[in-house]
Amino acid sequence: MSKLNIGAYWAASCGGCDIAVLDIHEKILKVNEACNFYLWPIAMDFKYEDVEKLEDNFLDLMLFNGAVRNSENEKLAKLLRAKSKLLVAFGSCAHTGGIPALANFYKKDDLLRRVYVETESTSNPDKILPQPKTEVKEGVVEIPEFYDRVFSLAQVVDVDYFVPGCPPNPERIWEVLEAVVTGAELPPKGSVIGATDKSLCDECEREKSEDKKIKGFSRIDKVMVDPKTCFLDQGLICLGPVTRGGCGQKCIKGSNMPCRGCYGLPPDIQDQGAQMISSLAALIDSKDPEEIDKIVKEVPDLAGYFYRFSMAGSFLEGSK
Amino acid sequence: MAASKIKKVGVFVCHCGVNISSVVNIEKVVEAVSKLPEVTVARDYKFMCSTPGQELIGKEIKEQGLERVIVAACSPLLHEETFRRVLVKSDLNQYFFQMVNIREQDAWVTADKDKATQKAIALISAAVKRVQTHEPLPKREVDVDPNVLVIGGGIAGIEASLQIADAGHKVYLVEKQASVGGHMAQFDKTFPTLDCAACILTPKMNSVGFHPNIDLMTYSEVVDISGYIGNFEVTVRKNPKYVDYEKCTGCGVCMEKCPSKVSSEFDEGLVERKAIYTLFPQAVPNKPVIDAKNCTYLTKEKCGVCQKVCEAGAINYEDKEELVKVKVGSIILATGYTFAKPDVLKDYGYGKLDNVLTALEFERLNNAAGPTDGEITLKDGSKPQSVAILHCIGSRDKNYNEYCSKVCCMYSLKFAHLVREKTGAEVFEFYIDIRSPGKAYEEFYTRIREEDVHLIRGKVAQVTDVPVTDDEKGKLVVIGENTLTAQRVRVPVDMVILSTGIESNKDAADMSRLVKVATDKDGFFIERHPKMAPIETASAGIFIAGTCAGPRDIPETVASAQGASSLALKLISKGKVEIEAATAWIVEELCAGCKLCISMCPYKAIEFDEKKKISVINEVLCKGCGTCAATCPSGAAKARHFKDEQIFDEIEGVLSL
Ligand SMILES: Cc1cc2nc3c(=O)[nH]c(=O)nc-3n(C[C@H](O)[C@H](O)[C@H](O)COP(=O)(O)OP(=O)(O)OC[C@H]3O[C@@H](n4cnc5c(N)ncnc54)[C@H](O)[C@@H]3O)c2cc1C
Ligand code: SF4
Ligand code: SF4
Ligand code: SF4
Ligand code: SF4
Repeated sequence: MSKLNIGAYWAASCGGCDIAVLDIHEKILKVNEACNFYLWPIAMDFKYEDVEKLEDNFLDLMLFNGAVRNSENEKLAKLLRAKSKLLVAFGSCAHTGGIPALANFYKKDDLLRRVYVETESTSNPDKILPQPKTEVKEGVVEIPEFYDRVFSLAQVVDVDYFVPGCPPNPERIWEVLEAVVTGAELPPKGSVIGATDKSLCDECEREKSEDKKIKGFSRIDKVMVDPKTCFLDQGLICLGPVTRGGCGQKCIKGSNMPCRGCYGLPPDIQDQGAQMISSLAALIDSKDPEEIDKIVKEVPDLAGYFYRFSMAGSFLEGSK
Repeated sequence: MAASKIKKVGVFVCHCGVNISSVVNIEKVVEAVSKLPEVTVARDYKFMCSTPGQELIGKEIKEQGLERVIVAACSPLLHEETFRRVLVKSDLNQYFFQMVNIREQDAWVTADKDKATQKAIALISAAVKRVQTHEPLPKREVDVDPNVLVIGGGIAGIEASLQIADAGHKVYLVEKQASVGGHMAQFDKTFPTLDCAACILTPKMNSVGFHPNIDLMTYSEVVDISGYIGNFEVTVRKNPKYVDYEKCTGCGVCMEKCPSKVSSEFDEGLVERKAIYTLFPQAVPNKPVIDAKNCTYLTKEKCGVCQKVCEAGAINYEDKEELVKVKVGSIILATGYTFAKPDVLKDYGYGKLDNVLTALEFERLNNAAGPTDGEITLKDGSKPQSVAILHCIGSRDKNYNEYCSKVCCMYSLKFAHLVREKTGAEVFEFYIDIRSPGKAYEEFYTRIREEDVHLIRGKVAQVTDVPVTDDEKGKLVVIGENTLTAQRVRVPVDMVILSTGIESNKDAADMSRLVKVATDKDGFFIERHPKMAPIETASAGIFIAGTCAGPRDIPETVASAQGASSLALKLISKGKVEIEAATAWIVEELCAGCKLCISMCPYKAIEFDEKKKISVINEVLCKGCGTCAATCPSGAAKARHFKDEQIFDEIEGVLSL
């Protein structure tokens, strides 16, 4: 079998997804046996010009992690789309915007001012903000243009598959790589792979009551969490119900922490945050508007909580 | 949004006389809608719901081969059924229809004509998109169980039960107290005719007690209702009476000999009753119950007198509560009201000053079978020389009940007459407005005025026993304002009657959950439509009669009870009912078994399949309310006819303009 040509790229991301690829441990050697790498900034030194020189569709597989936040991200997304047979949005940021897309709750100017002027550790008396082009003695310095908002990969280019997770579970990553390497039959284009269609609650072994009623929300640092009982039954917000399974339950089982929603929305849900709000609203056990208001206010940063990973594709953004 | 596949959509716009057309420019609407690519024909008509209007729709369906029909008119609550029938007659599935409300939701609430016209166009465009994905749903029919449950044995429940039983059908009448009769049994005379309450009520009470078709369960409560129209399963808890009614002869020796006395609720605490008691002498059934809380034997195992004296051997201290299950096809709610005792009574000296009475206490005082044998006397036994009657206590008052209690003006006038007739005392009525719309009511008011009653327009601020003048010494002083003369007034009297109103029952919220009929902000049950369906409720097969739906006098109560029984009889004679076809279902492959839907379904229609670890909807129980579909975080629970795509299409249709 001839070796596959593959690559991995990071756009607006933290680097965790790349580390997760390495978390398949010794299996990375198998990948190396079966593949030639043409781009992987975190691990190897390739130049963009080298990629530009490749023929279109030269790469068999491209794992693209990170959201699209600036003009460089977009340029690379378009370049890699052209050069790859299979472009995979890899990880929450590429899939649905992830943590970077939480910035979409703010205006660009406010973000820049906060980061470059106002943060407590910043000293910038002249209030200088980054500019795409700056003239200096030596000439013009160009940096990528910072966009008004963050996009998911599919909002910028055509994507073949989505692998959710912040970061994706290494076991799932291996399954995906193995499938491509062995030439197994692939699911229809546009599928989410490496995750289940059912929500996390399906695999979650916690005891769930048939009479959930929410009288108030608690926070994880305020209560002793019973590891056997559904978080929602304990007044703790768990995003498991609106999140695909397949993550391996590191939060729920591993650290007795509620699901934060990184595996993204299940297939028949249109908007992860809105759906969670709709479901929780139904469970709130009060008819008194003032009491309801009080209960809702117990969730600090409600929008941030429910859209932690899915803001870019949400209704709030107007389009997917 | 998917491209529209269905191109043969017919749109019919109604003028509703001038209700819609005086605000919405119908011509413009028809013109704009005709241009939509999906619309084959758009027509307007003065009254779409009339026979010619319906025929117009039917004709276009046939001639144009329409696949979907949209009527833009009033609320679907009023005419959805009408137009669905037109589709069925024209061999189209009734769910290929969508009604757009451009009257209540547009013409009646939009002042600007252009905006109203734009809104009508937008709403119709939404429907045009929505009907694209409408699916044909089959009719669902179930048999109707001919038995009826009536909850509450006041005059409303009594009347409804008798009507149904006389028509030959079985009635289960469940009454919480030890006897039927309700509030009416407490009265002596009733306005405006002043006929004796007992004379008209007790024959009906007796009929209920002995009717072969009525299974009367007193001292009982409904604790669970499951099922749906035509097929309800009801669990009734019969509370222990400690008297075996099969053996008891009703001789009453036990009540005579029982040494334990407590204040009588029926007599509003004016006198005492025994621990073994009947509510009142003409109670039905006329057999006693033991009030377990106050019986010395049941609390301390001492006494046992009643058992000793009962020759029939009817006393059974071991009696236990009993759960009985009955099946019925419809339910009539007739749980009545509670007599309001608002905090404001304190300002009028109630509970502190002697001879300040509530209206219901006065009813008992005046009752020939009451504590004074009907003599109107002061606490010391003497006759009052002067009496003040204060209207609207706690009613029409933002701090208590905002609504008008409807009966208080009339019963207050009744009291004035009774006081004048029996004692000759001077009567002062303090009122805000006299409300006397009703047959012979205004005439009754005129009659009372002619009986030399002082009518003072103004609300009383306070009742005190602190005299300012010699005249006021030893009297109750009513302090208020006469708003007609703009003067402050102080009227010294011997007796004050506080006319407080009709309030919903304290357990209305529990009852609401049990029967799944919502209550309004004041706790009264909500009718399906305030004008067109005042006896039906949003829960099919459940009807409301009497004061549980709001303040009513006896004639109105009886009329609504007869209405409720006629609706129950209609169901029985039809024998079958069509039930909602737009139910919900759960997609097995998506359900994660989180059970959120089970917590939320108001009709208890969802069960958990332990084997498959998923939730399953029982379609017979499902009413299609859609709660589960909105709740389900996985998008696994889906509501037929209200699928996500239909709602999104609708939204996009509105925004497409
Ligand atoms: C002081 C006063 C004077 C009035 N005088 C007149 C008058 O002269 N003329 C006139 O036309 N109207 C008069 N009215 C109005 C009249 O009382 C009502 O119209 C009438 O009694 C209403 O009957 P009902 O059956 O709806 O309610 P109720 O008489 O309240 O009967 C309800 C019955 O349901 C039972 N019940 C309640 N909850 C439950 C439950 N959960 N399970 C089982 N049973 C239950 C109760 O025990 C009660 O027996 C007067 C009202 C007041 C307050
Ligand atoms: S809500 Fe969270 S804790 Fe509860 S069942 Fe779902 S995943 Fe488990
Ligand atoms: S319980 Fe006995 S004593 Fe009491 S009324 Fe019945 S028969 Fe008479
Ligand atoms: S639609 Fe859902 S919530 Fe409503 S009755 Fe049916 S199963 Fe229950
Ligand atoms: S709410 Fe949805 S996922 Fe949860 S049990 Fe019900 S149908 Fe299944």
